[in-house]
Amino acid sequence: MRSLRSRYARDNVVLVFIILNTVAVLIPLFIILGYVIVQGFNYISLDLFTKELGSPTRNMMGEPTGLVHTIIGTAVVDIMAVLISIPFGIGAGVMLSEYPDHWANPILRVLNDTLNGMPAVLKGLLAFVLVVKPMGSFSGLSGGVALAFVMFPIIARATESALMNIPWSIREAGLAIGLPRWRVILSTIIPAAKVGLVTGFLIAFARAAGEAAPLVFTSFGNNYLPVKWTGWIFGPVDTLPQRLYNLAISPYEHWHGMGWAAAIILLAVITASFAAARFFIRDKKQE
Amino acid sequence: MDNVIENKLRLETIGLSVFYGENPGVKDVSLKIYDKKVTALIGPSGCGKTTFLRALNRMHDLTRGAKVTGKALIDGQDIYDPKLDPVIIRRKIGMVFQKPTPFPTMSIYDNVVAGLKLVGFRDRKLLDEVCERSLRQSALWDEVKDRLKTPGGSLSGGQQQRLSIARALAVEPEVLLMDEPTSSLDPQSTNRIEELIGELKDQVTIIIVTHNMQQASRVSDYTAFFYIGSLIEYNKTTKIFTSPDQKRTEEYITGQFG
Amino acid sequence: MSDNNTKKINVSPSALYGWLGDRIFAVSVFVLGFIVIFTTLAMAISLYYEGSEAITRFGFWGFLTGEKWDPAITMEFGAWPFIVGTVSTSLGALALSFIPAIAIAVFTAEYAPHWLSHIIENLVNLIAAVPSVVIGIWGVFVFTPWIRDTVEIPVYIWSLENAPGLTPILGNPIGYGMMTATIILTIMIIPFTTALTVDAFRMVPKEQREAASALGATKWEVIRMAVIPYSRGGILAGTMLSLGRAIGETMAVAMLIGNKNTLPFTLFGPGSTMASVIVNEFREAVENIHLTSLMAVGFYLFLISLIVNLAAAYIQRKYAVTGGRAV
Repeated sequence: MRSLRSRYARDNVVLVFIILNTVAVLIPLFIILGYVIVQGFNYISLDLFTKELGSPTRNMMGEPTGLVHTIIGTAVVDIMAVLISIPFGIGAGVMLSEYPDHWANPILRVLNDTLNGMPAVLKGLLAFVLVVKPMGSFSGLSGGVALAFVMFPIIARATESALMNIPWSIREAGLAIGLPRWRVILSTIIPAAKVGLVTGFLIAFARAAGEAAPLVFTSFGNNYLPVKWTGWIFGPVDTLPQRLYNLAISPYEHWHGMGWAAAIILLAVITASFAAARFFIRDKKQE
Repeated sequence: MDNVIENKLRLETIGLSVFYGENPGVKDVSLKIYDKKVTALIGPSGCGKTTFLRALNRMHDLTRGAKVTGKALIDGQDIYDPKLDPVIIRRKIGMVFQKPTPFPTMSIYDNVVAGLKLVGFRDRKLLDEVCERSLRQSALWDEVKDRLKTPGGSLSGGQQQRLSIARALAVEPEVLLMDEPTSSLDPQSTNRIEELIGELKDQVTIIIVTHNMQQASRVSDYTAFFYIGSLIEYNKTTKIFTSPDQKRTEEYITGQFG
Repeated sequence: MSDNNTKKINVSPSALYGWLGDRIFAVSVFVLGFIVIFTTLAMAISLYYEGSEAITRFGFWGFLTGEKWDPAITMEFGAWPFIVGTVSTSLGALALSFIPAIAIAVFTAEYAPHWLSHIIENLVNLIAAVPSVVIGIWGVFVFTPWIRDTVEIPVYIWSLENAPGLTPILGNPIGYGMMTATIILTIMIIPFTTALTVDAFRMVPKEQREAASALGATKWEVIRMAVIPYSRGGILAGTMLSLGRAIGETMAVAMLIGNKNTLPFTLFGPGSTMASVIVNEFREAVENIHLTSLMAVGFYLFLISLIVNLAAAYIQRKYAVTGGRAV
């Protein structure tokens, strides 16, 4: 028979092991965050937000260079991704929750989850096949489509669960006063679920905004501002994650610094959207 | 109280109160529990009878914000002695819950001997013996003896509850706390468990919380009536159910409220 | 009188508002839903179709097991080196991450005081959201030089002197390589596994914990006896999903693995994964057969991810615990 003391000794050994593990993992995580923040702030400058990158020689000649085209490009591609993914994500989510008897729902659910579980690089290949090849050139639009493939499976699932949380009786109440089903969904159910929906978008956005793999062969990258505004959509466009990759593997030291700066901007965007999502969730809890 | 003295005292509370935050769930309860008797705690829901029961084996230690004041003694020893480990107390004072709680991934056998394995019993023969004895005590042996290796979750609700009882009995507790053990069971299983309580009381002191007055009158020797966190009346079951001293008790057992 | 009333109420709204509106709405929703369905199918079909030239030329199994990847001279392509790279880095990361990830989850969900578990959970979620490229840049400029100088070179020198048989397994200590990529993957999937495990722990009903406590179990014994067995389905499924993450992880791996396309891979030396070779070579692939071979690698990556995801779903269902829960 084992004494109580030896059982507690084992409890303590386990606890020490668990704490050591926790500390051992959390420390590198802290170090990564710390490095990105410190290094990023070191290399943040005004030029970064006002000048384009140009060729490597431009920087070697001492001309001011920056990532303004990358920042605008990221905004353009991300906004396109949001605009494309929202209707499909919400549509699929509404189909799953509001038309639960539809024969295609089990297929939709499985395939949506499958798509969600697919590596982002494959979503880039798909956008390459569907958009870049037919259009004949790399483009911001194809980047937006690739990121939309990242976003809409997440939005669809978030929409489904947000709408499912609304009690069925509310739908019946709407139908009982003679409203058609589409009015009930659009003006009662979706507004009631808006916190869940917005949170879902923000999380989907945060996931997509950091992805570089799907952009490398869709929006491709560009060292310059486009000549015409249509170049943002139909020409190759620079984006932060993909530019960060190119800067980091480039042989130029100054570009490495810019890479750190790009990293902190990217991290700030993603942290902000996560913080916003958390804020919405907390708001909802207080209601 | 008449004839009380002839019984041996096992468990006693003196001015026991349980607080959740600021609110007392149980107020100043003093109660004597006698050895190898069945004591029923009755009262309307929310009257604190379950809260009181859980104070007896320090289950409130697990709840954030719960605080117990006053004294609880087992064989004269303070249950809430800070030097005393609740793990030891819970070994002496076993518990059966409202809902059957077999560990669903363990086999029936492993469920029964779980408490013994905790303290390091590995001797196969001994474990087999204890398993059979406990399952016989809980009147489950004949139903499960051929499938001891199947998961505990595969049994019916009533069987699961008897398995939970067997598991509690396997560690040979001195006192067994039962928190509405039949409230989630069908009448037949309830019957079975009530019979079981009658068979067990030669071996173990039982305290049972029940909202069912017939059950209390059928199975218990003593009955305590709780109302809004206070002990209103405590006496032999026959006395409580035939000529209670308090008006409230009479109102409750005659079904005028609750 | 009642007739009169009925008539008034029955002034029907326009068809567009009523049944026609419902029709239009439902049809648009179904169209959107079906496009989602088709997107997934399109991924499988287009990867297969675009890679079919390579798959037919080298054969389904031939391409899978072909060890040669030569886009320069012979134009022979086989995915085996990348499959080896993907499988070894992701399984390695899974093995390294499993225990720490569960340990953090146990600490967060069971031991830490409320405020601390809140902080850890947020930190873990934050790290899980850090983009792959950001981890990658840290790996390139901080981690790679560090591990090369403090681990790889000393070990390599030691083995040269003491265990020369070991050096071919260790390989060149250049920092960029299989081990670096595996460790970075480990760091990246730990938060993911931890988050899913914490969720699984929180699903364990209070009754299970109390039942174990009432038997006289200590804190760890409660966790071992009631909490972990009850949540095993969630833990295993979460682990499979993390494996899926590691398999598909692209940028950080491409930046750190050294990108060597020929077997054998060594511990310290460079290697490649399916995802990393696609990112590295796709933009530079000129020859058609090179491009279709990369697409074919994508198709195999799709298949592997599909299997892992389905396995996760299956495990979740198979090991889900249904009994013992308060109804």
